[in-house]
Amino acid sequence: MTLDPFRNPGIPLDLERVAAIRVNRSAVERRAASLLGRRSVKQAWQAAWLLRAITCIDLTTLGGDDTPGNVRRLCAKARRPVRADLLEALGAAHLGIRVGAVCVYHAYVAEAADALAGSGIPVAAVSTGFPAGLSPMAERIREIQASVVAGAAEIDVVITRAHVLTGHWQALYDEVRAFREACGAAHLKVILATGELGTLGNVAKASWVAMMAGADFIKTSTGKEAVNATLPVGLVMARQIRAYQEETGFAVGFKPAGGIRKAKQCLDWLILMKEELGDGWLHSERFRFGASGLLSDIERQLEHAATGYYSADQRHPMV
Amino acid sequence: MSSSIAETFATMAYGPAPEGSGPALDWIRAHDGRFGHWIAGAWRPSVDGRTFGTANPATGVQLAEVAQGGPADVDAAVATAHAALPAWSGLSDHARARHLYALAREIQKHARLLAVLESLDNGKPLRESRDLDIPLAARHFYHHAGWAQLRGAEFPGHEPLGVVGQIIPWNFPLLMLAWKVAPALAAGNTVVLKPAEFTPLSALCFAEISRQAGLPPGVFNLLTGDGETGKLLVEHSGVAKIAFTGSTEVGRQIRVATAGSGKKLTLELGGKSPFIVFPDADLDSVVEGVVDAIWFNQGQVCCAGSRLLVQEGIAEPLLAKLRARMETLRVGSPLDKAVDMGAIIAPVQLERIRALVAQGAAEGARLWQPTWAVPSEGCFYPPSLFTDVAPASTIAQVEIFGPVLVAMTFRTPAEAVALANNTPYGLAASVWSESLSLALDVAPKLKAGVVWVNCSNLFDAAAGFGGYRESGFGREGGREGMFAYLRWPGDVAGSTGDTDPDRVAVSAVNPVVPSNPVVPSNPMVPTDAVSPSPADAVILRPGGPSPAFAADPDALPPIDRTSKLYIGGRQQRSDSGYSRPVLGADGVLLGQVAEGNRKDIRNAVEAAHAASGWGAASGHARAQVLYYIAENLASRAEEFAARLEAMTGQDREAGQREVEASIARLFSYAAWADKHDGAVHQVPIRGVTLAMNEPIGVMGVAAPEQSPLLGLVSLAAPAMAMGNTVVALPSEAYPLAATDFYSVLEASDLPGGVLNVVTGPKAALAKVLAEHLDVDAFWWFGDRAGVRTIEAASAGNLKRTWCAAGDRDWLDAAQGEGRAFLRQATQVKNIWIPYGD
Repeated sequence: MTLDPFRNPGIPLDLERVAAIRVNRSAVERRAASLLGRRSVKQAWQAAWLLRAITCIDLTTLGGDDTPGNVRRLCAKARRPVRADLLEALGAAHLGIRVGAVCVYHAYVAEAADALAGSGIPVAAVSTGFPAGLSPMAERIREIQASVVAGAAEIDVVITRAHVLTGHWQALYDEVRAFREACGAAHLKVILATGELGTLGNVAKASWVAMMAGADFIKTSTGKEAVNATLPVGLVMARQIRAYQEETGFAVGFKPAGGIRKAKQCLDWLILMKEELGDGWLHSERFRFGASGLLSDIERQLEHAATGYYSADQRHPMV
Repeated sequence: MSSSIAETFATMAYGPAPEGSGPALDWIRAHDGRFGHWIAGAWRPSVDGRTFGTANPATGVQLAEVAQGGPADVDAAVATAHAALPAWSGLSDHARARHLYALAREIQKHARLLAVLESLDNGKPLRESRDLDIPLAARHFYHHAGWAQLRGAEFPGHEPLGVVGQIIPWNFPLLMLAWKVAPALAAGNTVVLKPAEFTPLSALCFAEISRQAGLPPGVFNLLTGDGETGKLLVEHSGVAKIAFTGSTEVGRQIRVATAGSGKKLTLELGGKSPFIVFPDADLDSVVEGVVDAIWFNQGQVCCAGSRLLVQEGIAEPLLAKLRARMETLRVGSPLDKAVDMGAIIAPVQLERIRALVAQGAAEGARLWQPTWAVPSEGCFYPPSLFTDVAPASTIAQVEIFGPVLVAMTFRTPAEAVALANNTPYGLAASVWSESLSLALDVAPKLKAGVVWVNCSNLFDAAAGFGGYRESGFGREGGREGMFAYLRWPGDVAGSTGDTDPDRVAVSAVNPVVPSNPVVPSNPMVPTDAVSPSPADAVILRPGGPSPAFAADPDALPPIDRTSKLYIGGRQQRSDSGYSRPVLGADGVLLGQVAEGNRKDIRNAVEAAHAASGWGAASGHARAQVLYYIAENLASRAEEFAARLEAMTGQDREAGQREVEASIARLFSYAAWADKHDGAVHQVPIRGVTLAMNEPIGVMGVAAPEQSPLLGLVSLAAPAMAMGNTVVALPSEAYPLAATDFYSVLEASDLPGGVLNVVTGPKAALAKVLAEHLDVDAFWWFGDRAGVRTIEAASAGNLKRTWCAAGDRDWLDAAQGEGRAFLRQATQVKNIWIPYGD
């Protein structure tokens, strides 16, 4: 088996390692708060970082009212996320800026794959009874398989939160392991739904078990929980990713999702990645934003960078 | 710009993020780059015209020329502050509160100007001046606007001290100004402040701000200058109190310089604070805690966690994480908003850091620094980590005051505590463990005024800050900090370092102590003139006094009672082997007491240390012993009253009153033993900050000459009630009350060593105690000459002193007991415990 550097084969479940995890919430929050005061990205550097952020977006639509039409519009935006004249003005026309992936429900995987054909943009499918993840296991497995067949290159699964809340790490491990097997060649992104895990210690432990079970990415949220991606949660997950890499050699990706709507926020997340995990986590193979509204704010900021004038939504093509 | 976007898109590098310095430089230019002193609400050049420059340490470029304060300037500033004092201290609490509130608001309005000035002048990253120094300075004024408003209600009977001289360091220029000025003004004092010569600008800006805020002229005066100016201020007779933050070395000089002057003193000095990591800590958070501890303000922080003590089993993983983190720290222009560390204050400090690092390496410690280089221009030094450090290494003992961390390992919690306390300092400590049982067991055992549990370098105006041991005394912030600027006329209450030699007796119920011509060692002789040997004491002489029974040839002689020293719970003969006579008021020989000497003091101090378990006993348990002492004293009340009568010549009723008062006093302190509660301070974290009243340790007390029983009890009882162990020097003229008293102690289950009694030449023995480096506090209730000697002698280990010359009516509970005594018998430890899961 050749090792894909962007895949994590997982390791046997190590309950002692899980039990050894300690997370101090106040200290984590202090680091998350002070981090943003310690780093600042301005002017041309900010424009470059925002362009990089675009390439890390999982451009997402997960509405009950999705139709083939709006999914196709999303895919078109994914190919051309920024006005060509702006890219030209920023000297970025040759960089081939496009989003990291398009993320849809299984029902629109085929539609999206078709719309993105030839672009190189992968389709990600939310799966396994998203967002609660409580449909029968066999159905969840079949859903993954069906999405892969339909053309999804990435599968975003949700875990059974009860396994975390009751400390059934073996059950969680087995669940994620089964998801991974069902994915085949598709990359597995495991949503921990951190807003429903109660404590940062649970977030850290769930991160470890998911990575041991073979998650290629760990992801904060479905976007449907009351609390979505927060920097303290992201910091804890990033630290587990770092430790897992140090101890196993496998580099797992990270995806914050939900509530990331502003360009400033995405700079914060990129800074967090750079500081805690390094430059290896500043590209789409190891870092994604799950977001739908973020892109339009980035577009406005890029126009400001290009022209010096504050911009407006209507000046940028909508999804 | 275009090519750089594409390039940065590839590298994802940080770019420069500079804060503009234009408005700050404009402000300096508006003063033509020259500043005078701020006296009586106006700028004044030095009388002798001398000036000096202040420079930006990141560039070496001079920022401004400021006045060098000389004697005439200090005189003028102090005189101005005196002139302003009556009106200012006469303001209503509410009016003073409005002034402090206005200062807080004004600081906020000019927050960015102050932050940029601070970073320009000091070299600290703008992030810190903007996010920590300036907001905390404003917070101090807000908090103390509250204390001004509440002074009358919360500190009834207290009065301001007068003109306060304040000397602050260069590491947190405006914040230290706020820590000093806000409580001083809130209490109703007027101020003469001298900022550090390296960093006068933010203080000068504050002076201008104070005018804009409407502070009456003369209430706040500012003198710029170097140590010479500071020395003039310290020695100025018009100053009622000196508050100093700076090095322990200078603090010691100030202690000596102010000895006997009547000036109150608080000192916030150096540190070598431990940062203790237990195996169950969140190690990733520990790493960030270390960053906050030692790479905050380039490590130029008195409470920097500069000694990393890590459990041996996790040392390697933690150090690996730490080194990785050090690689991502960024050092550069202080005005760059994307750096972690700025510039070292000045070339001289940079040289000191380099020299100590070289010495550390030469002594065998292993130095590690990140692979990246600091800017070659300007005063920069990289974050540095020493491993393979032994406690014997110079770098493990000496305060480096730079970004240099030394790491050592421990095996057990007990060893961690031992290593942590293995320093003359005692400012702060940090404890990391996810077990609160462990952390809260360790925190009280650490000799430090501030303990941060799972955090580091948190500060707030509501929590007192200040040291144990040679890190100084007094607290800044919180209720405990207000006592440092207040005087209670009914007592000499206040913070440690107190003196009040000018105090007059309120009402002398006891007659003035008759001078006893036969007592060989005159207690009024300055102590440094007295050697603690019996050589100059006439112990036995021809034609000397004889006992009363000798006059009656038919009387059966009483069985001789030999008064010995009481050390470690045992009656012991003095090392000298000499005894001294004790005469009654009528000149007959009442008995003899052992002639204690310095070796007896040494032994008594060792016994007091051996009894340190007393401090760990519960307040209830200590109360039981004190009640028992009272009970046993009551059963022998008549005997003690008769002895007092015989010694002092007062009538029997006076003796009975003194015994009864002594019994009541023991009851008072038994009552207080479990009631001098600490506090939970309202600091802005999710968590608690516990202000614990801890015993100081081993205390020496020199009892007053008058009220030989009650005076001793009035000092020993509060000290013991709070958990201290005591070496007591009883009344020299009337020592038999004390030697009789130890037999009461023996009958009362008092653990040996908790109270030791050494008779002999009091002043000379007091000097030995005050000089003893393992005595933590000393109370002198004696003559004025003794005050100077004791305070000067205390400088060796900066022990807390409480010196009160003059008479006091010990029968009056308002003068002779109370919270003031308890505050002097304790020191406040603030333990920060953030929580959350």
